Amino acid sequence: MSKLHVTTTVNGEVQEFLCEAEETLLDVLRDRLGLTGSKEGCGTGDCGACSVTVDGRLICSCLMLGAEAEGREIETIEGMAEGETLHPLQRKFIDMAALQCGICTPGILVAAKSLLERNPDPTEEEARYWLAGNLCRCTGYDKIIRAVLETAADMREAS
Amino acid sequence: MDYHAPTTLDAAVDILAGASGDCRVLAGGTDLLVRMRSDMAHPDAVVDIKRIASLRTITEEDGGWRIGAAVCGAEMGEHAGLRAAWPGVVEAAQLIGSTQVQGRATIVGNLCNASPAADSVPAMVAAGALARIAGPEGIRDVPVEEVPTGPGKTSLGHGELVASIFLPDRAERSGDAYLRFIPRTEMDIAVAGCGVSLTLDEDGGIIRARVALGAVGPGVMVVAEAGRMLAGSHLREGGLQQLATICSAAARPITDKRGTEHYRTHIAGVLARRAAVIAYARAGGTLE
Ligand SMILES: Cc1cc2nc3c(=O)[nH]c(=O)nc-3n(C[C@H](O)[C@H](O)[C@H](O)COP(=O)(O)OP(=O)(O)OC[C@H]3O[C@@H](n4cnc5c(N)ncnc54)[C@H](O)[C@@H]3O)c2cc1C
Ligand code: FES
Ligand code: FES
Repeated sequence: MSKLHVTTTVNGEVQEFLCEAEETLLDVLRDRLGLTGSKEGCGTGDCGACSVTVDGRLICSCLMLGAEAEGREIETIEGMAEGETLHPLQRKFIDMAALQCGICTPGILVAAKSLLERNPDPTEEEARYWLAGNLCRCTGYDKIIRAVLETAADMREAS
Repeated sequence: MDYHAPTTLDAAVDILAGASGDCRVLAGGTDLLVRMRSDMAHPDAVVDIKRIASLRTITEEDGGWRIGAAVCGAEMGEHAGLRAAWPGVVEAAQLIGSTQVQGRATIVGNLCNASPAADSVPAMVAAGALARIAGPEGIRDVPVEEVPTGPGKTSLGHGELVASIFLPDRAERSGDAYLRFIPRTEMDIAVAGCGVSLTLDEDGGIIRARVALGAVGPGVMVVAEAGRMLAGSHLREGGLQQLATICSAAARPITDKRGTEHYRTHIAGVLARRAAVIAYARAGGTLE
């Protein structure tokens, strides 16, 4: 069976790849495009470690086929910092020690960025519900939620 | 596996009808890809319906709403008109999974996956929703409860797919609600679920009611007796108690890791009375 040829935009750059029909977007990002920031925690939509946005919408890249990416705009963790300048969420996660092993972190950052783009002033409850699909085995969530809410406050002040 | 991404409904039907092996519709993929991943499904081909523009819209039609089969839960939640007309259906759709799952999952996928615990299904059934089925013979509309026929099974024939869901014109003074019980507050499968839709007269008396239960039988259950009992009542304490008793009696649950038969039977009644109270308030009724 011949491979599928897909053209898509990842973090603003046009990318072309060949993939099998069964391959997930996560497989493609990691194994074909070398973007290993998105992690595979479960492969079944439960953990959120593979979170990316597609045409601005947050999804699990393990539950989308690579072939579906044709013509779409994908944003991954690799597109979050601008060069050496970290996104305020990334900076805050480091400052507040909102990560330990770091497996969940790329997904949580991508998900949190998507939240703040839609809702610059989320309540704690809104932030917890938004991130309910992002599991973390290490931090106990409290530091994560606090880092997200503090970043939101900083960003509101700065704008 | 072959991957097809047709851009018209006719083309999708042609591919499905012409397929010899196991050819599946791919909507949000939040069930199908999990099944493929877990070695529980090995399709020869998938037909991705998300490139069919007509299936991606929510449109007003004859006073009701038509929701395309490729519309995801998040899009339903963002649609102010739909939310205002059918808050119970939208809240049920939005209970499916996480933010990430909401960005993909469809109510038609929820229906066609045919899990007894599918959250949006009791709400659609209570709403009197119709599924529009497209196939080689043309188009037909059927009540949503006729689509799933048992766990993992549907009444769809070879070459058929569901193109959209139609939520009918909402009478004045109507309201609907869906509640489910899960041990956590998010990301879990219903132990029991209940959808209620009510229409009131000017004095707050119920004219029409539909009640449907999920996760307490092999498929969604319409509790016709509950609807008959509610019609003509004012939803006072005695009536709510009776509603709970009828729904518990109608429940046919099994015992599994999520709950015992006894517990589910009880909780079906509790959810029914609570959902009825919410639907009644949404319809503009005031409880005495
Ligand atoms: C982490 C996670 C949490 C979840 N939580 C919940 C939950 O809380 N409640 C709940 O009810 N479900 C839950 N689910 C299950 C799933 O998300 C839902 O059932 C969802 O609505 C499926 O929709 P989909 O569009 O992704 O379907 P798909 O996976 O694309 O399809 C599901 C099935 O329906 C068929 N199908 C899809 N569209 C059509 C069509 N138009 N015509 C004919 N057949 C079609 C497919 O071939 C497939 O067999 C969860 C799943 C995950 C991964
Ligand atoms: S790897 Fe995708 S949700 Fe866990
Ligand atoms: S930091 Fe280890 S899983 Fe979250």
